[in-house]
Amino acid sequence: MTTAVHAPAHLEVRGLGHKFALQTILEAIDLDVTSGEVVALVGPSGCGKTTLLHLCAGLMPVRTGQIISSFNNPACMFQQPRLLPWKSTLDNIALGLKAAGTGRDERTRRARMLGLQTGLAHEDLGKFPHQLSGGMQSRVALARALAIMPDLLLLDEPFSALDIGLKAELYALLLHHLNTCSLGVLMITHDLMEAIRLSDTILVMAPSPGRIVHRFRIDLPAMQRDDAFVYKMTAELLQDSAVRTSFRLAPIKSELLTRQELPC
Amino acid sequence: MILLRSGLKSFLIYLWSGWGAIASLMLFLAVWEWAGLYYGELILPNPRITFQTLAGLIAEGSAWQELTITARRALIGFGAALAVGSTLGLVAGLSMTALMMSRPIVTVLIGTPPIAWLVLALLWFGNGDGTPIFTVFVACMPIVFVGAMLGARTLDGQLGDVATAYRLPPLMRFTDIVLPHVVSYLFPAWITALGISWKVVVMAELLASSDGVGAALAVSRSHLDTAATLAWITAVVGLLLAVEYLLLEPIKREIERWRVAV
Repeated sequence: MTTAVHAPAHLEVRGLGHKFALQTILEAIDLDVTSGEVVALVGPSGCGKTTLLHLCAGLMPVRTGQIISSFNNPACMFQQPRLLPWKSTLDNIALGLKAAGTGRDERTRRARMLGLQTGLAHEDLGKFPHQLSGGMQSRVALARALAIMPDLLLLDEPFSALDIGLKAELYALLLHHLNTCSLGVLMITHDLMEAIRLSDTILVMAPSPGRIVHRFRIDLPAMQRDDAFVYKMTAELLQDSAVRTSFRLAPIKSELLTRQELPC
Repeated sequence: MILLRSGLKSFLIYLWSGWGAIASLMLFLAVWEWAGLYYGELILPNPRITFQTLAGLIAEGSAWQELTITARRALIGFGAALAVGSTLGLVAGLSMTALMMSRPIVTVLIGTPPIAWLVLALLWFGNGDGTPIFTVFVACMPIVFVGAMLGARTLDGQLGDVATAYRLPPLMRFTDIVLPHVVSYLFPAWITALGISWKVVVMAELLASSDGVGAALAVSRSHLDTAATLAWITAVVGLLLAVEYLLLEPIKREIERWRVAV
């Protein structure tokens, strides 16, 4: 999927706004995703992150502002696995391939390969979604997204319902994949640490109306970030006043902080 | 091939599970026999006499002839109800306006007793095939309609988003997303409608036709021939049971494997 080497694919969002009835959900959103870059949208629940992602995925019509994308094979992962209950694991993974007109043998082969890569067992491939655990279903959803060899991944907190161990494992899988093929990622999360672990750019959103209040770049490559780095950055980010107001945390009073933290 | 073999295997397993059903049918026959002994042959001939009469009817050829006529009428009415009910139901389920407009009409259709339709049909169509076919159609259509409407109504919008996100072409969207869901509502409605069509056609023939099982029942009633009456009833019920449990139920199991799979 590295067809256009000269001009890397690019997603450009300019002055994007959205309203449900009279309520303004999003206002004046500007953001960019270039291939090879991971952009995280961080913000409290209900700040319009999912709406923004759905607009980028083309699941809703854009009314205000514009979205220009030169990515031609985007894939989406939703908050829930959203597998088709009447299809086996293998057919679920191959859904996008079937839609693209890939032949049966070829798509079965690729679905099987990806299923095994994402940590599914051989016998899981023939099962129906309701026979799989939540973690397994998330793996299937990840495999389904990766199966079409996307150049842009849109992730809507896909692993938020999983325990930390499983989450870390799936993110490691994802990072590995990002490293091998350079694709653009726009991910939503309300977990700052997750954003810091994975992304190159962090956009902090604030609610009512949903807008970007802070932009944050991390230059250290994701593969080189260790736990200590993530904790340090998280602490740093949490001291930013824009981040604190966005998450409705009380503003820091420096004296109060030192007095409280000294005894520990 | 593998799919076929696994389908055959599950069909055989299904047949084997029929022993319980057969046992309960046998119990029913035993009660019938006992009641027959108690009331005497004129009121309630026992199962053996009934089956002998039925065998006689089959041997002389009249059973198959009448059953074919009845089945033809039932199936035409049923088929028309499937086509019209499924299509209209799907459309109604997809549009809120159509849904709101059609609901009261469907309630009226379901609430009107088939016998009332039969009287109207007699006035409109006379003694021909039209009367039973129309009555069957009117009795079955609303049930299929409601099944299709519910199926379309309960479509999961989230799966629609998946279809859009993965760029499913319109035909695949229909066959892979809409159809499997709708069929799981539609198929049970079809089975119910088939049972109703079979009952209603006999009733319509009894009152309106000069041939078919219903007419044969009318004749046996006028001769006070209880054994023949029971023989015809057995034939009709037996045929329905065979179609439902040997044809429709296995199909339903195959289609809905994703629901009940172990």
